[in-house]
Amino acid sequence: MSELTFRFVVPGDDYSRAGEASSTVKNRLKRLGIDPAAIRRVSIALYEGEINMVIHGGGGEVIVSVTPQRVDMVLEDHGKGIPDIALAMQEGYSTASDQARSLGFGAGMGLPNMKKYTDEIEVSSVVGQGTTVRMAVLL
Amino acid sequence: MTTLQLDQLDGLTKLTRPAEAREITCIYCCDLLSLAMAQAPANSAWVTVMGNRNTIAVASLADVACVILAADTAFSDDCITKAEDEGVTVYRTAAPIFETAKRIDLLL
Repeated sequence: MSELTFRFVVPGDDYSRAGEASSTVKNRLKRLGIDPAAIRRVSIALYEGEINMVIHGGGGEVIVSVTPQRVDMVLEDHGKGIPDIALAMQEGYSTASDQARSLGFGAGMGLPNMKKYTDEIEVSSVVGQGTTVRMAVLL
Repeated sequence: MTTLQLDQLDGLTKLTRPAEAREITCIYCCDLLSLAMAQAPANSAWVTVMGNRNTIAVASLADVACVILAADTAFSDDCITKAEDEGVTVYRTAAPIFETAKRIDLLL
């Protein structure tokens, strides 16, 4: 299997469509015969990332690349950015809106879950310009 | 046990059309979707009062066996369609979360 790349646009402020990229990636990884435990880790990390893009990032783009060795995920938004990345990585820290909380989100588990379920994660952000999260799950 | 046994449980109504039976290995109760996303065990019966499209997305990605909406939680037709599209079986009951979980636990 050579490298496969999937691209998705995540709409901003549309909670009803959040998870479409994760769901599609999950199904494609299943068809590729990837280990179910690895698929679950990718799904969790990607879904959390998608939700963050909807809640905080005003939407953006997701690129997922698959090789026999790893699944790489790049999530890029052009939202308000993260002033203190170390603080945002702490469990329980959240700046989510009341709307997000009313739907069951905003527990401050997004970035911590993404870190917990991936082997590599790098978060870069510029306040007022946006955030890019690069994650990888090794196969 | 499987979801087929849940079909027979008094007070439980299946909202989605019949799907392939799933093995249920444990019960999971949670209303915070981020927590459920990370912690819901695969093949669990997930009891919650959070009934929206995102619940279905989490249920599908976490690969739970089914979702049980407790306390007569509302669930729109749109959500039922999404659940069927994703292959997630959804039940509803008037009983509260703890009581629902206790009743299912007797069947495990």
